[in-house]
Formats: sequence, structure tokens, C-alpha cells
Amino acid sequence: MHLHKFEKLWLLSGVGALALFLVILGFGAFYLGTHPQSHGITIDPANIEAEEAFQPENLGLTKVDDDKYIVNVVATAFNYDLGVDEDGNAVKNIKIPKGSTVLFQVVTPDVVHGFNIAGTNVNMMVEPGFISSMEVEMKQSGEFTLLCNEYCGVGHHMMFATVEVYE
Amino acid sequence: MKSGERNYSGSNREPSLKGTLISVGVLGLVIVISWFAVFALFISR
Amino acid sequence: MAIPKLDVFENNSRLPLPIEKKEANLYMSFIYVAFISLFIGGLMGLLQVLVRSGSFTLPWGIGYYQILTLHGVVLALVLTTFFILGFQYALMGKTVGMSAKQRKVSWLAFWVMTIGTAMTAATILVGKASVLYTFYAPLKAHPAFYIGLALVVVGSWIAGFVNWRQLYVWKKDHPGEKSPLLAFMVTINMIMWFIASIGVAVAVLVQFIPWSLGYAETINVLVSRTLFWYFGHPLVYFWLLPAYMAWYAIIPKIIGGKIFSDSLARLSFVLFLFFSIPVGFHHQLTEPGIDPTWKFIQVVLTFMVVIPSLMTAFSMFATFEITGRKKGFGGLFGWLKHLPWKDVRFLAPFIGMLAFIPGGAGGIINASHQMNAVVHNTIWVTGHFHLTVATTVILTFFGITYWLVPHLTGRTLTKEVNRLGIIQTFVWTIGMTIMSGAMHIQGLLGAPRRSAYSDYGGSEQAVEWGAYQMAQAIGGTILFIGITLMVYIFIKLTFFSPKGEEEFPIAEEEENAPATPMWLENWKLWVAITVALILFAYTIPFVDIIQNSPPGSPPFDWPIGNS
Repeated sequence: MHLHKFEKLWLLSGVGALALFLVILGFGAFYLGTHPQSHGITIDPANIEAEEAFQPENLGLTKVDDDKYIVNVVATAFNYDLGVDEDGNAVKNIKIPKGSTVLFQVVTPDVVHGFNIAGTNVNMMVEPGFISSMEVEMKQSGEFTLLCNEYCGVGHHMMFATVEVYE
Repeated sequence: MKSGERNYSGSNREPSLKGTLISVGVLGLVIVISWFAVFALFISR
Repeated sequence: MAIPKLDVFENNSRLPLPIEKKEANLYMSFIYVAFISLFIGGLMGLLQVLVRSGSFTLPWGIGYYQILTLHGVVLALVLTTFFILGFQYALMGKTVGMSAKQRKVSWLAFWVMTIGTAMTAATILVGKASVLYTFYAPLKAHPAFYIGLALVVVGSWIAGFVNWRQLYVWKKDHPGEKSPLLAFMVTINMIMWFIASIGVAVAVLVQFIPWSLGYAETINVLVSRTLFWYFGHPLVYFWLLPAYMAWYAIIPKIIGGKIFSDSLARLSFVLFLFFSIPVGFHHQLTEPGIDPTWKFIQVVLTFMVVIPSLMTAFSMFATFEITGRKKGFGGLFGWLKHLPWKDVRFLAPFIGMLAFIPGGAGGIINASHQMNAVVHNTIWVTGHFHLTVATTVILTFFGITYWLVPHLTGRTLTKEVNRLGIIQTFVWTIGMTIMSGAMHIQGLLGAPRRSAYSDYGGSEQAVEWGAYQMAQAIGGTILFIGITLMVYIFIKLTFFSPKGEEEFPIAEEEENAPATPMWLENWKLWVAITVALILFAYTIPFVDIIQNSPPGSPPFDWPIGNS
């Protein structure tokens, strides 16, 4: 089989670029630990409260340390349960200071959902039977929409909350 | 068969493909630039 | 060891074979279904962009997700598969021939697929299957939806078996000869399709159908998704490879040139067979329960499948340049001038090729492991595959339609239709640039795909997205005009164009082209390597998924409005 010399050059540089992408991604993933969300802990979708984090009183934002937070969420069709405030109303808005580290833990007792804080890297699939979990540093301030980005039924587009990152 | 190959290398030198090289080069640049642009977005978020 | 090509070339009495009327009817039947699907699916697309603009509400209680399901199923699964099988049958009939028995079995394939399509479409239309074309468990559609899909897949297998038989019979009659390039390519595509669709067939037959009928109480969600995406990525290559067939082996003839390299074309198809399948995890990068190291391994394999596309890009430009230089157009880019810009058979696929540059670049970004979090399930992805399948592939299919349909119906592509075709191509290009461009930008801003209009409680982000959704409505409307025009052209070519003989363009090799090595026809080896790569990429993570399975999920039908 004959390859034109320019084709050799093209394929070598093309493969070189792909290899460069992979080295950058691999370095981030394996050395810095920025793998995409792949949490492997399972849970019984019919009994999510067996896991302490998803008992009603533990849902929503919890401060665990200076600049360290945990957000536990139960995603159902078509709602994100972020716990209740002092008056017993459902929380639909959480406020986090900029630069803090937040661990998001999300489960669903019903169908597959998405968990995306639009405009950030917090983007995970939420599947019945698994805890989806990722820790991120909130680098940018602003008001972000937390929304379901995997189709979950007729009210899919009504499934949202807001996340405010303040200075 | 050998005759085909001999024929190729003998009477017919490699065709000029300079335009092709530049064209695929531009294509490659599009790939590299857009990849790094989204990578920068990923890092900044 | 190489094949004595020159001798064969000299007394090349076998190409192209005539297509009998009875065969033509078969091929056309597939293409009819494809164009009916184009119109229905396109209409659904129009309704979607209008709903998402925020200023239109669907009448008569029709649901947004109902039309979205129909759009996806009818365009991504039905239009593509039917057109591809019709086109591939025509290629086989033209290059290796079709016996009467093969034709009869092919009709069986057609009817099994058509009945399946009708079942699935009817279930969606009565609102019992608003699960989208990916039908992710544990959302449960009516069983008829899954049974219909299974029939479409099984029917396509029958078509594949016939294609393999066609080549086998030809090879027995032509010992020692290499198989015709197009027949080789069709065979590769159907091998890939068969191996890949076993995954979705297992999911549908073993998991979904018993579970939707109530025989199984629960379903393993992650296993079903993994089987789906084992099929879902090669599915997109099943769409793309027929376009590549036209680019490699038909376009050179249309521009008055020769095939750049027969062996490189075959090699790229073999590489597609290897690397199209063991890559499904790149659709599941943000999912829990899959080991990230195996995700990364499949990302590496995904990047391997870019290589044959890099080869294809070079081959295309080289074909254009060599042909131009032979015609005496010199200079660095002088060869661009010779290209038949006013011939829609060339122009439409050419725009398709150009669209694959941003399309391919976007694909590499999507598959980039952790970077996927930027774009996963945002409308960027929708923009991406509207460039790849809905521009690159479909414009090439339109480019094929302009000569294939009149060839099969005994009519001609008139100047008038050619001009309409050029207008159609421009309409499509403009509409898609607006719609897909807006989708890409809106996706990078975080807007989700697969979502009806929502102001997300009046959030600032949603306001920002609104402008892009308006742009998509404009682009989508232009595209629907393009679809209407294309359907008109199809009807014209099928029933009204003047009688005559339209050329079936099949490019030839240069007379002094180097011989194609015999090892390229080592089918058993190619299949063995393909299977080995799949086993390598999937065995350990799949066993891991099954061993660490959570309790299964019961069916949920109320979220899609059934109960």
C-alpha cells in the first residue's frame, strides 16, 4: 500500500494532536483526579433513606467546615428535594460563598435524571440504584440554574432550582 | 502483481498535492483550536 | 501477494451491471419510506423549534415529548436505516448483482422493517411511548414500541445477510479477483451494523419486552444503558459510512476524476469496523457505576476512530486536486475552479463534507473524558449531531437521490430539478448554520437538550438562552422549507421527470494505480480483531457493572403520562 508523503505528514500530525489531547486529559484525570463523575456506591432506590445523607433532615446545603459544604439532593420526577427551611417551605435556592469546596451527592428513587448546574462543570447523570457524587470548587460567582438535563417525563423542563454563588 | 507497482513508481511520480496538504492543515487547525477553546472553558469553570 | 489488477481492468465487462425493473422497485420501496419519514420527522422538528421559541403552544393536547420522540425515531432510526439499505442494495445490485431469490428475501426484510416501523410510530402517535428514541429505562413505553423497534432491527439483519450472500456468490464466480470497492464497503458496514445491533437487540428482547409486558418485575438500568450505547455509537457510523461510500467511490466519477486510492479507501473502512464499536462509554462519561479507567480506555479507542476520517479528508482533497491538475488547473488552489459547482450531485455532498469539519471537531470535544462535563446533555450535543447526521450524512444522501432515484425510475435529472436542488442545498446550509450554530453556543452556556420551553423560574440564564432559541426557530423554519423542497424534488424525480437514462456514477481506479493488496479481503481476520477489541473494551467493566448491580427498577409509566 502506498502513502503519499504529504499524507504521511498529515496522518502523523493528526495522530500527534490526538495523542496530545489524550496526554492532557490523562494527566488531569489520573494525576489531578479530575475524572468525570463515576461514583460506584449503590443504594436501594426503593429505600434511599437507608443512607443517612438522604434522610429528609440531611437534605440541602450543610456547612461542614470553613469553605467546605455538602449538598445532598433527592431528584424525583419532577423536583429536586433540597430540604426545607425554618418555616417548613421547600428550599429552591441555595447560597454558597465563592471559592468554597462543595460535595454534591444526588440520588433518585424513580427514573433517570440529570443534575447540571448550568454554566459550571457540575454535570452528572443520576440513575436509580447509584449515588452520584462529585466535589467541585465554585470558582465563579453568579446565579446559576440547577436543572435536569436528562429527559425524565412530561414535567422534565419544570425540574430546576437555583444556586447562588456570592463573593 | 509487480507490474502494477513498477508502472506506478516508474512512469508516474507522486502527484503534487500541496493544495491538499494546506487544506487538511486548515482542517487540523480547526480541530486543535476548537478543542483548546473548550478545554479553556472547562478549566475556567 | 497482490491481485493482477490491470488485466481485470482491461476486460472490465462486469461494471456496472444493469438494474432490472423488479430490483428497482425493491430499492425504491426503501427510499419511499425514507422520504415519507423525512417529511413527518421534519414537520415534528419544525413544531419543536416553534415550541421552544416560547411563542407557540401545541394544539389538541399533543405533548412536546411525544413529537420529540417521533422526530428522533422517524429521522434517526427510520429515515437513515431505510435510505441506507435502499442505497446499499442498489450498490450491490450494480456491482455484484442480485438473484431472484435474494430479491424475495429482501422483500421480507423490507416488510418486517416496515411493519415494525408502523407499530412503533403508531404507539408514539397515540401517546403511549413518549420515551424519546433512546428509551432509557426505567421509563416504560407500551410494549408495542419495543416490539416494533425489534422488528426494524431484525429486518435490517435480513438485509445484511442478503448483502453478504450477494458478495459471496459473486466471489465464487470471480475467483482470485478483489471484490468491487462499493460491495466491499457495503459488506463492512453491514458487519459493523450486525455486531453492534446485537447489543440493542439483547436489551430490547431480554430486558425491555419481558419487563414492559410484566413478566419481569425489574430491569437493570445501567446494563440496559450500556447495551444501548454499545449499539448507539456504531449506529452513527452506520449512518456515516454510506456517505463515505459516495465520497470515495461516486463523487470522483461525478467530478470527472478517478479514485484516489482503492486500498486506502478499503483500509479506512476496515479501521471503522475495528474502532466504531468498542467506544460506547464515551456516551456514558458522566454516569455513576462505571469505572473511570475503563471510560478513559474507551476514550482512547474513540480517538482511534478519528484516524480513518483523517485519511478520508486527505483522500477527498487529493481527489479534487489531482483531477483539477489533470484538467490543467494549476496553482495552489486553482484546482478548486474545475469542480462542478453547478452540479447538485456534487454540490450537496461537498457541503456535507465541509460540515464534517466542525462536526468532527465537536465530536472529539464530546469524547474528551472529563471535558464532557462542559457539554454533556446540553443542546451543544443536539447542534453537533445536526451537523454530522443532519448535514453531512443527509446532504450526501440528497446528493445521491438526485441521480439514484431517476436511475431507478427510468427518468432523468433535468436542468430545472438540478437548479432546484442547488437552491435546496443553499436553503439547508443557511438554515442549519443558524440552527446548529445557535445550539452550539447555547449549549456552551449550559442550556439543556431534550427540554420543552421553560423560563426556569425566570432565571437570568434562561433569559439569555431565549435569544438562541429564537434563532433556532428561524433556522428550523428555513430547514423545514428545505425539507418541503426536497420532498417536492423527490416526487418530481420519481413520477414526473422526463423518461430517459440517468447515469449511475461509479468511479474507477487510475489505469496505473498500484494493486490492492490481497490481505485487505481477509474477512475472518477483520471480524476476529473487531470482536477481540470489543471483548477487551467491554468484558471487565461489564462484569463489574453486573457484579456491583443495585436492586433493579420497576417500570415507571406515569412520568410519560401513561397510567
